[in-house]
Amino acid sequence: MDEKTSTSLLYLDGVSVSFDGFKALNSLSFVVEPGELRAIIGPNGAGKTTMMDIITGKTRPDSGQVFFNGDIDLTKKDEADIAQLGIGRKFQKPTVFESHTVWDNIELALNRKRGVFSTLFYRLTPADKTRIEEILETVRMTARKDDLAANLSHGQKQWLEIGMLLAQEPKLLLVDEPVAGMTDAETAETAILLKEIAKTRSVVVVEHDMGFIRDLGVKVTCLAEGSVLAEGSIDFVSNDPKVIENYLGR
Amino acid sequence: MITQMLFSRHEKKTVWAVFLILLAAALVPLANLLIPEGSAFHVPGYLVPLLGKYLCYALLALALDLVWGYCGILSLGHGAFFALGGYAMGMYLMRQIGDRGVYANPLLPDFMVFLNWQELPWYWYGFNHFAFAALMVVLVPGLLAFVFGWFAFRSRVTGVYLSIITQAMTYALLLAFFRNEMGFGGNNGLTDFKEILGFNVQAGGTRAALFAATAIALALALVLSSAIVRSKYGKVLVGVRDAESRTRFLGYRVENMKLFIFTVSAMMAGVAGALYVPQVGIINPGEFAPANSIEVVIWTAVGGRGTLIGPIIGAILVNFGKSIFTAAFPEFWLFALGALFVATTLFLPKGVVGTVQQFIARRKEQKKADAVEQAYQDKAAAKAESQLATLEPQAAE
Repeated sequence: MDEKTSTSLLYLDGVSVSFDGFKALNSLSFVVEPGELRAIIGPNGAGKTTMMDIITGKTRPDSGQVFFNGDIDLTKKDEADIAQLGIGRKFQKPTVFESHTVWDNIELALNRKRGVFSTLFYRLTPADKTRIEEILETVRMTARKDDLAANLSHGQKQWLEIGMLLAQEPKLLLVDEPVAGMTDAETAETAILLKEIAKTRSVVVVEHDMGFIRDLGVKVTCLAEGSVLAEGSIDFVSNDPKVIENYLGR
Repeated sequence: MITQMLFSRHEKKTVWAVFLILLAAALVPLANLLIPEGSAFHVPGYLVPLLGKYLCYALLALALDLVWGYCGILSLGHGAFFALGGYAMGMYLMRQIGDRGVYANPLLPDFMVFLNWQELPWYWYGFNHFAFAALMVVLVPGLLAFVFGWFAFRSRVTGVYLSIITQAMTYALLLAFFRNEMGFGGNNGLTDFKEILGFNVQAGGTRAALFAATAIALALALVLSSAIVRSKYGKVLVGVRDAESRTRFLGYRVENMKLFIFTVSAMMAGVAGALYVPQVGIINPGEFAPANSIEVVIWTAVGGRGTLIGPIIGAILVNFGKSIFTAAFPEFWLFALGALFVATTLFLPKGVVGTVQQFIARRKEQKKADAVEQAYQDKAAAKAESQLATLEPQAAE
């Protein structure tokens, strides 16, 4: 293990995985520093979602190393372990508990003991109540706390899911296409929210919307065919001839 | 902690249902034993075990609803847990027969004598004690569910595949219990019971007491289920049902969540089976039939899954219908049941109780909307009036 693994929050080295002969990731190496906000772009099938699956334990790599927080080997853990270690994940399609209220959604996401018996005998403490109220305030859902999540608009569901991830208190947040299907105003607000969140933790955002990535103004990694094509500022990456050829279009 | 959990706030409906069930536990036996036969309020003797049977089915449906309605696990093998509980009780009742059997063997049940067995198989030991049998009534189904669930949920078998293997499980048990060598009476099962806890199982008083015991068990199960589904654990269960991967990525161990409710539910089903056997007087491998487990699903769907009183109402309604229907047109019952299931799926996807709840919720929404509309109109009228008032002096000029 070199120095890079111990100082970085997330460290992927030479990760490969293939499904039925299709190489979804091809020796991918990727590092996220503590407190960093990183954007990932790339054409369909570049391996963006597979990379998130590897980090969150949904898929096991065929080869390569994945370390979190220095020395925790993520390839040996499952989804629940990894979530409890402090990696939160937002899906591409907003995934909230539709038959629960907004409040219950946040309460379930709260970073508390998650065993059968601790949840069976759980009682809402004043501290937890305050925390839930804070999160609702942050994602601007206070007025809708008693509504069923099913009755929220698409954009509101995305925000609720981000709120749930905040409640999870992750060290690293993986966000898959947060602004897909949002209005321009919602998109701009989401950029502000993500920047706010990134002040206290690392965030990795996968997004197709170049305007949104420009709004974020952060380091960009472009993936293609399962490995890193280019990395740097948005202007640097979008002027890279390989990126133009593979992704942005000639 | 546990008592606090059990007595913490329940929904008003649940409290009412528990009250009604307990009322039945008191009134049906009284109306059977104390009110003279000529009176309109007299409950005839044959009706008491029949009603008791309905309540056993209701308990079974409630157990299924915990896993299906709240956790999304469609078990097509809950009849197996019910039958296992029934067999545990049946074994106790067989041992109580003693030397009053046809072969008058003080130790061996008749079917063992008939098979020329010389001694009692080891797994029949202990069943002469009621307490031991009662323990087995919950432990055996619980253990089977635990082992089955441990493997199934860990390997992430879900959806239709899980339903199929639960169906295979009950079918395998059906075949096993049919075999005479298993030592559970084979084809004929266990029957000819004489006494339970020293009371004649045929006597009116015993039947009334069994009815009351069943109703109390159902009421307790309802309180327990309500406590479970209203806890944070219950909310996690619904989360697993609606968005399993989201629950996983929030850090919950979905397999443990499922395993716990599956085991609790199997134990409840076992209790239902144990109460069923002395009231109908027989347990045989037919109870393991896959069709039985599917019927439970239909009761639950008709009543309304994902509600607590739905499966209870569904089980009682459908079985009441079955009693009447099979008496009038016996050969058409299966068609009627099939039609009922299709109709429920098409027209009442939320079941009877779910649909009523939805209707009430809509009425409330409508009332709220009406109130808002009314307020808006009042405001508009007031505004128009004030405008008129300012206009009038001008008109006067």
